[in-house]
Amino acid sequence: MARAVTTRRKVITTAAAWAIGLLIFFPIYWTILTSFKTEAQAINDPPLFFAFNWTLENYAIVQERSDYMRFLWNSVILAGGSTVLGILVAVPAAWSMAFVPSKRTKDILLWMLSTKMLPAVGVLYPISLLFVQFNLLDTRIGLVMVLMLINLPIIVWMLYTYFKEIPGEILEAARMDGATLKEEILYILTPMAVPGIASTILLNFILAWNEAFWTLNLTAAQSAPLTAFIASYSSPEGLFFAKLSAASTMAIAPILILGWFSQKQLVRGLTFGAVK
Amino acid sequence: MLSRASLGAATAMALLFTGSALAETITIATVNNGDMIRMQGYTDDFTAKTGHTVEWVTLEENVLRQRVTTDITTKGGQFDIMTIGMYETPIWGANGWLIPLDDLSAEYDVDDILPAMRGGLSHDGTLYAAPFYGESSMVMYRTDLMAAAGLEMPDAPTWEFIAEAARAMTDRENDINGVCLRGKAGWGEGGAFITVTANSFGARWFDEDWNAQFDQPEWAEALNFFVGLMADAGPPGYSTNGFNENLSLFQQGKCGMWIDATVAASFVTNPNDSTVADKVGFALAPDTGLGKRSNWLWAWALAIPAGTQKEAAAKEFIEWATSKEYIELVAKNEGWANVPPGARTSLYENPEYQKVPFAQMTLDSINAADPTNPTVKPVPYVGIQFVAIPEFAGIATEVSQEFSAAYAGQQTVEEALEKAQALTNDAMEAAGYR
Repeated sequence: MARAVTTRRKVITTAAAWAIGLLIFFPIYWTILTSFKTEAQAINDPPLFFAFNWTLENYAIVQERSDYMRFLWNSVILAGGSTVLGILVAVPAAWSMAFVPSKRTKDILLWMLSTKMLPAVGVLYPISLLFVQFNLLDTRIGLVMVLMLINLPIIVWMLYTYFKEIPGEILEAARMDGATLKEEILYILTPMAVPGIASTILLNFILAWNEAFWTLNLTAAQSAPLTAFIASYSSPEGLFFAKLSAASTMAIAPILILGWFSQKQLVRGLTFGAVK
Repeated sequence: MLSRASLGAATAMALLFTGSALAETITIATVNNGDMIRMQGYTDDFTAKTGHTVEWVTLEENVLRQRVTTDITTKGGQFDIMTIGMYETPIWGANGWLIPLDDLSAEYDVDDILPAMRGGLSHDGTLYAAPFYGESSMVMYRTDLMAAAGLEMPDAPTWEFIAEAARAMTDRENDINGVCLRGKAGWGEGGAFITVTANSFGARWFDEDWNAQFDQPEWAEALNFFVGLMADAGPPGYSTNGFNENLSLFQQGKCGMWIDATVAASFVTNPNDSTVADKVGFALAPDTGLGKRSNWLWAWALAIPAGTQKEAAAKEFIEWATSKEYIELVAKNEGWANVPPGARTSLYENPEYQKVPFAQMTLDSINAADPTNPTVKPVPYVGIQFVAIPEFAGIATEVSQEFSAAYAGQQTVEEALEKAQALTNDAMEAAGYR
């Protein structure tokens, strides 16, 4: 029986959703606002909301001081490369776990997830030494590998969840029609799981874009992405809040725009299989 | 044909023998602060003089520290020059991780480096890092509020006077705090401040046998004094205030006094950022009459990691960046108040620089700091606001967290000291000192 939704309830729910949405968005809004202030206005108490002389000075300084495009390009390569590589590895892995499970599949899934529970700094030295040994320090390929590996458990888990929703009988029918394993995954499974794969790609792209431990510790001048660009404007001795906000706004703008345009796919993918 | 071959051979020989003069690209890891960013702006001058180009990796102080430490301990070789401080330099120099700077050119005039800075950046008498700028700490105060309170700041105040003045200047209704001091956890934040304060009260981190001294009455006296003063005259929530928070409060006219890094003097007197720029006076950091003032000594310095392939070019850069000529270059373009302070004696002898209002007090503060003899009682370590041993950063961070919890009222001063004593002794025992 459908539940009657009263207008009052609708208003309350909408207001609550807006309030939570604005609360979550506020730090981003404040960062963007601060980027248009002078350093003195940025620390003003009481805080200035609109009544200040808007300036583009911080953006000009940041542009002059840093090669933004190089950082941006590195971010695109690292986030894109690690996500594509991760999907290539995770699709067959998730397929086998979803459709050919063994007695230990659940344990393997949990074990994979458990690697996410280790604080990154705990393996800083082993990873650094490996990078030194294989000449991977400050290279994009090294970072693509690391970012792919740290996000792989999430990619496998997400794809596994989506694949579980697809009836095994369809794949079975394809096999009976003579489809090879490659054809089964490429032409039957993948098209059916497109919403799930799309949201996995988006989420992992965002995670890789925002990753700020390995991208700071394994890079120097050549492969540093936007996280290093932001870190270069933070300081415990000197007020750089306005410039830091301008740098942050420039760093999050691409991913914010991407998220905005793909929010439908993201929500659809994340809620895929949540309601039966 | 013969002449062409001869020419080729001659060119090859010339290149071989002038290898050091070949243009290189050096990578420099540095910290984000005003002086360092200014230096990056003058890189073209260095390139024009030497032909070498520079790649900058600028990071926030704590990120930089972690990054360069990882690089040097794993022999990563990512940087040809590292910006490090007085804490790291003697430890890394002793470990053989840095190239000694003992063959700098005569024009560089290494003897011009302030003795306190040179001593703090050396190990066994060998210089391992060249100071780009140096700092101590001092009192910055509002001359108008001090006059309104009917008091006059001496050049060398006592803590007793600071407490009296702070309470007199406090005006809660108008949001004016008598004194703003660091309470934020972190060995380089509140940890540094309370350590120098305790030094002036006769306290020390360790006795001669590396036993922690937090159970001694001097520490209790220093910490209780600090907590009492801040409760009466400090800003609310001071347990989370570091340099930037206090700078912000002072610039907005909300502090009667601020005791902190001497480099802050150029910020608070800059009319573009500070609302009180024309009402600031300076004095030495306070003492209690025991012979030690509560001021620290720090330098951001340039060092060359052992193993770099571009040692010659790196040395050329260090000679350029920390030279007298660089100071003159900045002074010519941006005025004397903006040159990197605290590194060279000649700067303080320059009549033009002597006109800068905070110049003399900065020099006096630096000269009043002695890292080899930092406390009233004898100690087995070097360093004023830190103890120059590798374990210190970890221990002091934990200790300062306990102290900050006491400032926030989450525990008593006695409980904080008890925990500090236990955790320090445990760590020192584990490290093999005791």
